[in-house]
Amino acid sequence: MNYACHIDDVPLGEGRNVTLAERRIAVFRTADAWYALDAVCPHMGGPLADGIVCDRAVICPLHDRRFDLATGDPLSAGEGTTAHAVEVRGDRVYVALAETQRRAA
Amino acid sequence: MSAGIIVVGGGIAGQAVCEAVRERDRGVPLTLVCGELSAPYDRVRLSEILVSGEDPQTLQLRPTEWYADNDVTVLLGRQVVWADPAGGLLRLDDGDELAFAQLVLATGSQPLMPPIPGIDLPGVHPFRGPEDCEAIRFASVVGAKRAAVIGGGLLGLEAARGIAAQGCAVTVVHLVDRLMERQLDAGASALLRPALAGLDIEVELERATQQIIGPDRAHGLRFTTGDELQADLVVVSIGIRPEATLAREMGIVCDRGIIVDDAMRTSVDGVLAVGECAQHRGIVYGLVAPIHDQARVAAATLLSQEAAYVGSVMSAKLKVAGIDLVCAGEAVGDHEAVVTDASSGVYRKLTVRDGRIIGTVLLGDTRGSEALVAAVRAGDLVDDPLRTLSDASLSGPADLPDSAQICDCNGVCKGALMEAVTEGGCATPREVMAVTRAGTGCGSCRPAVIEIVAAATGGLSDEPAYLCPCRRQTREQLAARIREDGLESVSEVAASCGTGRECGVCKPALAYLVSEVCANQHREERDARYINDRVHANIQRDGTFSVIPRMYGGVTTPDELRRIADVADRYEVPLVKVTGGQRLDLLGVKKQDLPDIWRELDMPSGHAYAKAVRTVKTCVGTDFCRFGLGDAIGLGVEMEKLWEGLHTPHKVKSGVSGCPRNCAEATVKDIGCVAVEGGWQVRAGGAAGGNVREADIIATVDSRAEALRIATTFLQYYRENADYKERTYDFIPRVGLEHVREIVLGEQTGAALRERLRIAKAAVRDPWLERDDPYHPAQFSDLEDPGPSGGEPALVGPPAGAQR
Repeated sequence: MNYACHIDDVPLGEGRNVTLAERRIAVFRTADAWYALDAVCPHMGGPLADGIVCDRAVICPLHDRRFDLATGDPLSAGEGTTAHAVEVRGDRVYVALAETQRRAA
Repeated sequence: MSAGIIVVGGGIAGQAVCEAVRERDRGVPLTLVCGELSAPYDRVRLSEILVSGEDPQTLQLRPTEWYADNDVTVLLGRQVVWADPAGGLLRLDDGDELAFAQLVLATGSQPLMPPIPGIDLPGVHPFRGPEDCEAIRFASVVGAKRAAVIGGGLLGLEAARGIAAQGCAVTVVHLVDRLMERQLDAGASALLRPALAGLDIEVELERATQQIIGPDRAHGLRFTTGDELQADLVVVSIGIRPEATLAREMGIVCDRGIIVDDAMRTSVDGVLAVGECAQHRGIVYGLVAPIHDQARVAAATLLSQEAAYVGSVMSAKLKVAGIDLVCAGEAVGDHEAVVTDASSGVYRKLTVRDGRIIGTVLLGDTRGSEALVAAVRAGDLVDDPLRTLSDASLSGPADLPDSAQICDCNGVCKGALMEAVTEGGCATPREVMAVTRAGTGCGSCRPAVIEIVAAATGGLSDEPAYLCPCRRQTREQLAARIREDGLESVSEVAASCGTGRECGVCKPALAYLVSEVCANQHREERDARYINDRVHANIQRDGTFSVIPRMYGGVTTPDELRRIADVADRYEVPLVKVTGGQRLDLLGVKKQDLPDIWRELDMPSGHAYAKAVRTVKTCVGTDFCRFGLGDAIGLGVEMEKLWEGLHTPHKVKSGVSGCPRNCAEATVKDIGCVAVEGGWQVRAGGAAGGNVREADIIATVDSRAEALRIATTFLQYYRENADYKERTYDFIPRVGLEHVREIVLGEQTGAALRERLRIAKAAVRDPWLERDDPYHPAQFSDLEDPGPSGGEPALVGPPAGAQR
């Protein structure tokens, strides 16, 4: 488990980037849960943390690719990304990095 | 040319036959003979013209090129005076003779005029064609003090609404004891009356008109009871008489109309009849949906294909603004289920026979009408009609079966809409409407079309019609909700209007809508905004941002240039570029540097990242140019200062040119002003991007102040009425230039728009001031940047993966 941030560090409904064990991770905060994905969109490298979050998904700000926040599955064309488990303890947010990176489908 | 098919009659029916034939066979010679001087137009929408005063030409069903593109020969303003089916020859009124193999009579109908004294007086009009429309409109605007409409059917009520909309008092006089008796039962009819009264339409029932009072022109009606009604405009709309004169002369068997069999054949070989002139199984259909069904069968018969017309379920929607009414099938039966709330004017009913739904009437609350009308058409079995009624109000068009007809005017079913998306590659409702023609008739099915297309495309298209699958409401409905319920934020709108889920595509659209309706006094929620609007800079392909400071009219100073140069040096900005809109762009800026850069620039935001008023490009005008006629820089700076910071449905790029040489390219801008001899031309709707479009001239005025006033009025009109992501060059053709002019140039409408813009502008604040007062402490930072919670170690606990 890696400490990622304090719960107040990410505005509600947005995402922020953090480097954990040399991996760039985007941490998202929704009304009822926290999520973490690899920070970079597999399509053209867009910053997913800057995307619009809704309905347990994030939309990449560059070309509107859409990913499931909990699984990393693609919800539009193209490949998916890696999702990481998140745990909130008190006011601290921890991320358990997935062992493998998702492979191109 | 070999003898082919000749269609007689240029109405909806004749057009429908031509289209149905061409869908099946592109080769057979096809000629359409139109008695009127115009190509076929959409009679169903006549009452709209009566209300809006639009050019009747906008009703033309197909553009003139369609006929050439589809090899349909059109003869305008000609009558067929004689036809010999056995010899395959007909003669026109100008003596020309045409050979044919098969003939289709689509001669339509004539308005029924009662044979009462005074029916020929000036001031008495049928309500049938555009010329009647014009005469009625003219009379109700200028001359008439009081109008009477004889006939309380669908068309009569629409005519009354059109007259009332001109501010002329109107009374509907109806022979029987209830309005629209062919479609409505007594209960719905009784509720319709107060709804009409609310629109200043009076109703008198059980009134038989004995005479129209003359002598020189219409002065009123005298009833059989002896009392009189004063009226100097009388509109007659009591029904139709099938036009079967030619058929009778040809020896074809006729009753009320031309009798046809299930293949639409008349009693004479090689001659068919379609539409209001035809009588099928004893019924003459005066509504548009059956005409399309008949035309398809006729086309199949013409091309020797098997097809049968077995009659249509009558359905109708009243196209009167302010009254929602949909009915289909039989309004009265042995088994009726009714839900009614008289004080709210709501009446919902299902009629059942032998366990099957045979009719529905929905007044005041038409939710689920598509599903219920489809159930009537299909004759669905029903156990619990009240349950069916309440379930329908929760279902939307996306839940309908593929066979359900969505557009009655053009006979388009849901499956055809879905196919246009899945097979035809259409991505937006507008494309689907263009391909299928659904929604292009009376337009009442448009919200349903939009919803179905949105569902079919997954709502991921660049959706100009702004309706997301997650909210079953149009932009107008949502705006009304925000206004009426006093909603102030996206989350409030989502909670109040949503379905419990949100798809995200509409969040920025809602954010704009809330800010526009609340005149920028809304509660900002940044998670509903695109990243550009969260950090007030334009995201680039590598995740960095571009910074463009405001330079009014493209005018700058040595001092500003020095500050820009210093910032570019200090922050190692990779690229500094002059933009097409006469600004300086700093590209490749890191997000966390944005607040400091803004502070050091000390210039307002140029809004180059937002759907907002962007640049006003100017030429040097009269100050230096030897050709200049007007002060282009002066007007451009004024425009930019007055509009600065206002958000818009899509970006608004403007320009001002000081003479018709147009060096600022103002004629291809969203809003452009061009100085001409003696004044200024104000234009809007131009484009010079993926599409190039010359801007339409809104007005030519004689002063700079007036040019600024009109351009400003248009801006606010666009802000309030365009769909999200709809540029001015799509918006103006959609709503119609004449309409735009009417509103923008109208004294009261224009003043109201400017007042609302003034209020919205008063609440504008430069977003770059968030450098000192951010929306959120972490607005510009990532998690390892020195943050507000500070002091936390970057890493705690075991190394990555150790606990798995």
